[in-house]
Amino acid sequence: MRMQSLEHVLSRIRKASGEIGRRVRVMEVCGTHTHVIARAGLKPLVRDEVALVSGPGCPVCVTAQRDIEKMLLLARRPGVTVATFGDMVRVPGINSSLERARAEGADVRVVYSARDALELARSDPSGEVVFLAVGFETTAPGVASVALEAAESGTANFSLLVSHKRIVPAMAAVLDGRVALDGFLTPGHVSVIIGSGAYEPLVREYGVPCVATGFEPCDVLEGLAMLLEIVAEHRAESVIQYTRAVTPGGNARARDIMMRVFETADAEWRGLGVIPGSGLRLREEFRKLDAEERFSLPEVPPTEIEGCACGEVLKGLLDPAHCPLFGNRCTPESPVGPCMVSSEGSCAATYRYG
Amino acid sequence: MCLAIPARVVSIKGTLARVEVMGNARQADLSLLDDVAIGDYILVHAGFGIQKLDRSEAEETLAIFRSLEEGIGEDAEP
Repeated sequence: MRMQSLEHVLSRIRKASGEIGRRVRVMEVCGTHTHVIARAGLKPLVRDEVALVSGPGCPVCVTAQRDIEKMLLLARRPGVTVATFGDMVRVPGINSSLERARAEGADVRVVYSARDALELARSDPSGEVVFLAVGFETTAPGVASVALEAAESGTANFSLLVSHKRIVPAMAAVLDGRVALDGFLTPGHVSVIIGSGAYEPLVREYGVPCVATGFEPCDVLEGLAMLLEIVAEHRAESVIQYTRAVTPGGNARARDIMMRVFETADAEWRGLGVIPGSGLRLREEFRKLDAEERFSLPEVPPTEIEGCACGEVLKGLLDPAHCPLFGNRCTPESPVGPCMVSSEGSCAATYRYG
Repeated sequence: MCLAIPARVVSIKGTLARVEVMGNARQADLSLLDDVAIGDYILVHAGFGIQKLDRSEAEETLAIFRSLEEGIGEDAEP
């Protein structure tokens, strides 16, 4: 890890900012960046130079309310075990949450990996295990690998409720919206998989630079310095700050496995609505692993939690602290929406660290 | 949440590895990576290795993490 001194990185930011001649607006797309920026108190350090806006990169937060309701329907089916990453358990549904469903008798298990869910299915062939497949290109290849194994081994009681998302179409949707941005800090580990080259079409089309950035506070500041230097030179490029993990071409093997199992599809995002080509769905030959088909889930109409402004927060249009519910009706202990649940959520980060 | 701490591969059986992350033992699936050997450092996300890291860079990163841990004890994340 290159550790430039804090003063040196800050002086780079100030110098580039002086050349630009105004405060720039940068979106940190990734929820882990949002968390790190808040925890390390980076915003005040660069207050005069950069307005940092959180983006749609917290997997739990961007999951459409309709998909949350489907998860709850599944959890209430007799004989079904729902296996999920921890954050999802507390996300509020319209009338319940997985946590509450569990208290009422549903079998909801928190797992560390999709593989754990497959093992759970194998350990008790008499019950059905559904894994809630949530996350971006960082998570989807591992889920695909488990899906391949389930299909090959004929594990008949294992299925997936898929709401995987692709980050680049969401970044384009943000730029198509009302928020004006000078650049993106792109997610470090999504970039490990898709490569910095994956942002180039976006950079060309919108003229907005991207820096694939690591997760230490010094990484984030260096990412900002690189971004401001690019803006100062009126260039539009996709570059890498997180060189110890990200390459231009990404992890081709992981992408191959992901695309062997999934194909791109339209997907609904909280706040951003349906974005063409922004999701993944199981390919025809893996459709038997699709929990929605297996359990004939009814159509769930689009729905929203009343009063929750997570959608506006995710588009970069609302500062969490300006939401009328923030800190009174909506807290991490009693969250109204997902952005207050996940430690990657912008509302939770703002509440906890200011 | 993305964990950026390098994991050292301790043993490999089929596609599964035992890895060590700052003293904690974990399991990591190596299906998404080419040619991983014992002693290599990898990034692990949701139970899967997603990237092989340069050994000397990984060791440098770990040294910084350790010094941070000793220095301020960071706030505890689950």
